[in-house]
Amino acid sequence: MAAGIVAGWLLRRHQFKWINALLMVLVWALLFFLGVEVGENDNVLNSLNKLGLEALLLSIAGTAGSIALAWALWKSIKRKEGGPNP
Amino acid sequence: MRGSLIIVGFFVIGIVVGIFHLIPQGLMMSNVSYITLCALIFLVGFMIGNDADILNKFRKLNRRYMLLPLMTIVGTLAGCAITTLLLPHRSLTDCLAVGSGMGYYSLSSVLITQYRGADLGTVALLANIVREVITLLGAPLMVQWFGKLAPISVGGATTMDTTLPILTNACGKDLVIVSIFHGFVVDFSVPFLVTLFCSI
Repeated sequence: MAAGIVAGWLLRRHQFKWINALLMVLVWALLFFLGVEVGENDNVLNSLNKLGLEALLLSIAGTAGSIALAWALWKSIKRKEGGPNP
Repeated sequence: MRGSLIIVGFFVIGIVVGIFHLIPQGLMMSNVSYITLCALIFLVGFMIGNDADILNKFRKLNRRYMLLPLMTIVGTLAGCAITTLLLPHRSLTDCLAVGSGMGYYSLSSVLITQYRGADLGTVALLANIVREVITLLGAPLMVQWFGKLAPISVGGATTMDTTLPILTNACGKDLVIVSIFHGFVVDFSVPFLVTLFCSI
């Protein structure tokens, strides 16, 4: 990351429109690899249905809780600023 | 929406490829995905460095954004505490320990397996992977429905590395600093909170 920041700063006079496209492709690749790891791991696959429900419940509840508070914070920031940008 | 579907597609194709072992073991998947992740982080860093304005933005950043990590931790723990009611065979601290993983599945599952056994450790692994997947797949939708801070909060400890690229895409470059700050703070909370709830 630090190397990226330095490289980007050194080349800051140039515009890099293709960076976003490359970013997208790399995200796809990463998700593909995550899928391969899940598919290859028999333990994860077999336990998916058994413990998966518990895990799903917990992650959804945790997600919902953090969304609720983040939403509240977002609204309070918007109200104070009155503008669309942070 | 199209972006999310493409991502789900790649994930599902990956699972199928993994099940049928279409990729030879010698290729060392974890290495390849680690290198891909490094390339991603490098690119995000590149974009930050490339944007000469970013330091100014950091100075102008509303101090209230610094509250986001606290919101994430409190919100997650509250949600998991409520879930205890639905899982009678799990104790409150079990659920809180799993929730404290904040998407940091490798560390939290190892810690919980050590303290509470492989059973709860597996739950922690799955729950936190699911949380990361929810962040990766749902970020654009969450921005639309709950504002730009929601996906960052859901991302938990992963918002400074794994999910940073997708969050940058969904929330815009302006919130990269918030995302990194958030991930940094939540990341450090994980080992403390998991150990705390496991030892109570």
